[in-house]
Amino acid sequence: MTASPETPAQGETGQKIRVLIAKPGLDGHDRGAKIVARALRDGGCEVIYTGIRQTPQMIAEAALQEDVDVVGLSILSGAHLELFPRIVEELRSRGLDDVVLFCGGIIPEEDTDALEAMGFSAIFRPGTNTRDIVSFVYDNASSE
Amino acid sequence: MSDLIERFLAGERRALSRILTRVENGTPEGREYLRQLYPRSGRAHTIGITGGAGSGKSSLTGSLAAELRRRGHEVGVIAVDPSSPFTQGAILGDRIRMQDLVLDPGVFVRSMASRGALGGLAPTIDDVVAVMDAFGFPYVFIETVGAGQDEVEIAGTALTTVLVNNPGTGDDIQALKAGIIEIADVLVVNKADRPGADVLVSQLRALLSLAPSEGRDIPILSTVATTGDGVPELVDAIDEHRAWLDSSGELERHRRQEARHQVLSVAQRILLEQIRRETSEETLGDLVGQVAGRSLDPHTAAEQLVEQGQAV
Repeated sequence: MTASPETPAQGETGQKIRVLIAKPGLDGHDRGAKIVARALRDGGCEVIYTGIRQTPQMIAEAALQEDVDVVGLSILSGAHLELFPRIVEELRSRGLDDVVLFCGGIIPEEDTDALEAMGFSAIFRPGTNTRDIVSFVYDNASSE
Repeated sequence: MSDLIERFLAGERRALSRILTRVENGTPEGREYLRQLYPRSGRAHTIGITGGAGSGKSSLTGSLAAELRRRGHEVGVIAVDPSSPFTQGAILGDRIRMQDLVLDPGVFVRSMASRGALGGLAPTIDDVVAVMDAFGFPYVFIETVGAGQDEVEIAGTALTTVLVNNPGTGDDIQALKAGIIEIADVLVVNKADRPGADVLVSQLRALLSLAPSEGRDIPILSTVATTGDGVPELVDAIDEHRAWLDSSGELERHRRQEARHQVLSVAQRILLEQIRRETSEETLGDLVGQVAGRSLDPHTAAEQLVEQGQAV
């Protein structure tokens, strides 16, 4: 067996795309988040996974300490319009305004505009091919 | 002096985080930051936490950090998880065990992927530790990848190495083998609420009694990381080891040995990068083909590669 020599995530000086996958709020179903984390890992990203029941402050603080390029939020509880603005605010208050944001889970179509206005670049709903998520991350993250 | 360095020196965590990324990636910018910050390092007590996958390293690191916070100290944590050998991707999940510390402004946790390094750490771990040290954390923990028998690099990187064992993971012949057990400054039996913990402690004690004493007895502590049982005693043992390093002169010896190791290993990396830069894919592919086809042995091929590099 041989390791594949180079992947897109391997820049010439060793930069890797770092992604935080977080589950805000109280729902405990993290299968989707884990599948996305795994797909990004297989795509060559370094994925920081923090587990369930994260508060907005915890997510923003983890993003700061880990210096991630991308934050992906998974939510199934329906509380996205309450929680996501607070997460965005916590990120901005820490100076993390250049982080690429995406989200996934049970998110009604009619909330799309509100989430885009908040700064979310993509929303991935059930049935999404994980390749699309990996492509999105590569197309949007500028790992320095 | 760059803006980022100024913000770092002012204690801004965002600046620390950004500098860590550049230093971890070994970019020219990162090397310049390291050059400026290195003289400020050397003050922290660096503590390696190593042991098998699932032995409780992350939970124990979290409990140790919490205990040190209760004692009024700030704590930096660097947690290493493995990179995939195939995709170079990684899942870094050690933070999950340290949730209670996330919002504590006196704690900074940074995850690192091993990026192909052997030995349980990451290629630029020593540089990253130096930056955390220079930021002013009096304690910096380095948690290794789940280590088996031979991952001993941590003993160079950290001043104090804590080896985490669990009951029920092997008979006493495992402990007789050479390797990781020899580098432990402090031995821990974690998950000590499980059956077999007392037997393991006495086996480890018997084993240590056979080893030549170097003027210091290696303590064996029992902990339950998830409840915090035994953790204050473990912090005391770690502090005692540091005091012994200071008083015995071992600290200077450790520092010199580690500096020598670092200089030589960076030199090795530079030479390898140079060879990679100066060798065309065709030349390398040709040599690789000959070795794979058994018409050339790997040593002769490598010698040819090195000679070519020098000829350029």
